[in-house]
Amino acid sequence: MKKGILTFSPQVLRILALVVVTALIVLFFASQIENYLNGRLFNRISSSVAVMALIATGQTLIILTRNIDLSVGSIVGFTAFATGSVIANNPDLSPVLLVGYAAILGGTFGVVNGLLVAYARIPSIIVTLATMALFRSALVEYSNAKSVTSQNLPAWLVDFPNQVVFSLGEFQFRAGFMAAILVVLTAHIALTRLRPARQFYAVGSNPEAATMAGIDSRRVILIAFILSGVMAGLAGFMFVARFGNITVVAGLGFELKSIAAAVVGGVSINGGSGTVIGALLGTVLVDLIDNSLVRWPVVSEFWREAVLGAMILIAVAADTIFIRRLAKMRAARAHEAAIAAEGAKT
Amino acid sequence: MKKRLLSWEGLLLAAFATIFAFNAISLPQFLTIPNQINMFQLSIEKVIVVLVMAFVIINAEIDLSVGSMMGLSACAFGWLFQQGVDPVVAIGLCLLIGVLGGAVNGLFVAWVGLPSLVVTLAALIGFRGLARVLVEDRGITDFPDWFDALGQQGLIGPMTFAMISFFTLLVVAWIILEKSAFGRHTYVIGSNRDVAEFAGINTKRHKLIIFVATGLVSAFAGLLYAARVGAVRGDVANGFELDIITIVLLGGASIFGGSGTLVSTGLAILIVLNLRNGMALHNVTGHIQTGVIGFLLIASVLVPRLDLLRRITKKSKGQE
Repeated sequence: MKKGILTFSPQVLRILALVVVTALIVLFFASQIENYLNGRLFNRISSSVAVMALIATGQTLIILTRNIDLSVGSIVGFTAFATGSVIANNPDLSPVLLVGYAAILGGTFGVVNGLLVAYARIPSIIVTLATMALFRSALVEYSNAKSVTSQNLPAWLVDFPNQVVFSLGEFQFRAGFMAAILVVLTAHIALTRLRPARQFYAVGSNPEAATMAGIDSRRVILIAFILSGVMAGLAGFMFVARFGNITVVAGLGFELKSIAAAVVGGVSINGGSGTVIGALLGTVLVDLIDNSLVRWPVVSEFWREAVLGAMILIAVAADTIFIRRLAKMRAARAHEAAIAAEGAKT
Repeated sequence: MKKRLLSWEGLLLAAFATIFAFNAISLPQFLTIPNQINMFQLSIEKVIVVLVMAFVIINAEIDLSVGSMMGLSACAFGWLFQQGVDPVVAIGLCLLIGVLGGAVNGLFVAWVGLPSLVVTLAALIGFRGLARVLVEDRGITDFPDWFDALGQQGLIGPMTFAMISFFTLLVVAWIILEKSAFGRHTYVIGSNRDVAEFAGINTKRHKLIIFVATGLVSAFAGLLYAARVGAVRGDVANGFELDIITIVLLGGASIFGGSGTLVSTGLAILIVLNLRNGMALHNVTGHIQTGVIGFLLIASVLVPRLDLLRRITKKSKGQE
C-alpha cells in the first residue's frame, strides 16, 4: 500500500483526492437536500465557475512563483466597469476589440504590481494589499458615482454567457463556461508542455537554482503578474456579461475566493508546485459548497464564509502534512534501495 | 544602522510636520481640541491594534485577521447581549474568543509550521464568517448606557476610556519591547529564527504568545468599537488590517522582521491620523482615503529601498 501511493506523483494524488472529496460532498448534500442533483445546480455552478476559474488560474501562476495577488478583485471590478461603459458608449464596437480592451487593461494593472514586486523588490503581500485599495479607489474616481446597467449593454454581450453550446440531458454547457475551460486547458498545456512556462515552477521552487540555471526570475515574476492581470481583465469582461449591472463594489472579495480555490486545489502556498487543473477543481469545490449551503436547511446561509475559511486552513494543513509524510516515505525508500544495492555489490 | 534609523525617524518627523502644518493652515477647525480628540477617537481601535501588530511584524510574521477578529468580538458581544447575557460576562467571553482565535492562528503557524500569511488569511475569512453567522444581516444596538459611555464619554477631561487604554498599552508595549527579555527575543526571532533556536529560545511558544496577544487586543479593540459606535453590524472593522499594517511598516518596521521601534511607530500613527483627518475635513471620500493609504504603504516600503539602492551603487562606484 505504502509503495502504491509512491507510484503516483503528488500532483496526481492531489487531483484524485479533490475528485473524491467533491464526490463525497455531492453525495452528502444529495442525501440532505431534496431534488439536489439536477441540471440547475450544474448550470448555476458552471456560470459562476466561468468567472472565478479565470481569476484562480491567474492566481495559480502567481502562487507558483511564491507570490500572492490580493488586487485581483479590484482589477476585476475596474475592468468590468470600464468594459461596460466603453461598450455602452460605443455599441458598435467589435466583440474582439472589447475582449482585447479588457485583457490589456487588466494586464496594465498587472504591470504595476509586477514592477513593484519583481524590480522594486517589495513583498507581493504588501504591494497587492496596497494596490487592492489603490485600484479600487481608481474605480471610484473613474466611475464618478455612476453605475453600468444592463439596459445600456448590447444584446450580444448579455446573451453571450448563457448561450448553450451543447447539452447533455439537463446539463447545459454554456458559452461562458466553455470559454473559461478553454483558457484553463490552454494554460494547463502551456505549463506542462512548454519550456518557458516551466520557468514559473522553477522560480517558485528554488529561486537561487533558477537564477543559476540562467532564468531571469524577475522577468518571470513580472510576467506572472501581467498574466494574472490579463486573467482578471478577462474575468471582468465575463463579469459584466454575466451580471450587466456594475457598481464600485464589483469583484469585492474575489481575491480571497481565488486564493481559496487555488490552495484548496492543491497549489502549494510555498510556490513551485500545483496545477491549474487543480485550481479549477478547487474553484468548483468552493462554489459547490457555497451553493449547497444556501439550500441546506440545517444551517443558515451565513455559514458560507466561515466554512470557506476553515476549508482553506484544512486544505493547506492537510497538504503540508501529507507532502512531508510523502517526502519521508520517499527518503526511506531511497535509503532501502541504497542498502539493497550495497548488499548486491558485496 | 543607527544613523539610518535616525534618518527614517527624521523623515517621518518632517512628513508629520508638513501634514500638520498644512492641516493647521488650510483648516481653521483643525487645531481645536474637539477635532484633535475626534481625530484620535475615530481611529482609536486601529491604533490600539497597531501596538500588537508591531510585535507580530518585528517577529517576521503577519496577521491579516485582526480586522475580522475585531468584527467577531464586536458581533459576539452584540449577540450575547441580545441573548440576555450579562454585559460584563459578555465582555469576558469576547476577550476569551480573542484568546482562542489568536491561539488557533498561533498553533497553525508555530506548530504545524504553515506560513502566517495563509493561516491568517483563512482566519480573516473565517472570523468574519463567524461574525456574520452571529448577527446575520441585522444591526444590534441599545447597549447599556455605561457600555456606550466607555467609548464615547470623556473619563479624564476629554480623554475617553479607549484613549486612556491606548496610552496605557503604548507604555506597556514599549516597556515589553525595549526593556524585557521577551522584547529582545522578539527581535532575535524576527531577524533569524534558526539562531534564536540555537540560542535556546522557545520560538514556538514565543510566536504563540504573540498571536494570542494579538487576538486578545483585537477583541478588546472590537469591543471599544462597539462601545464607541453604540451598534454592531456584520461588517464592523472590515478592511482595518490595511491601515494597521500600513502604520507599522510606515513606522520603519521591516516586513522581513527583526527591526522596528515603537517610537517611530508612534510617529507613523500621528502621520496617518493627521492625513485621514485632513482629507476627511477636505471632503475626500472614504474610498479615495483608502487609496491614499495604499499609496503610502508602497511608498513606506519603497523609499528606504531606494535609499539602500543608492548606497549600494555609491559603494560600488567608490570601489572602482
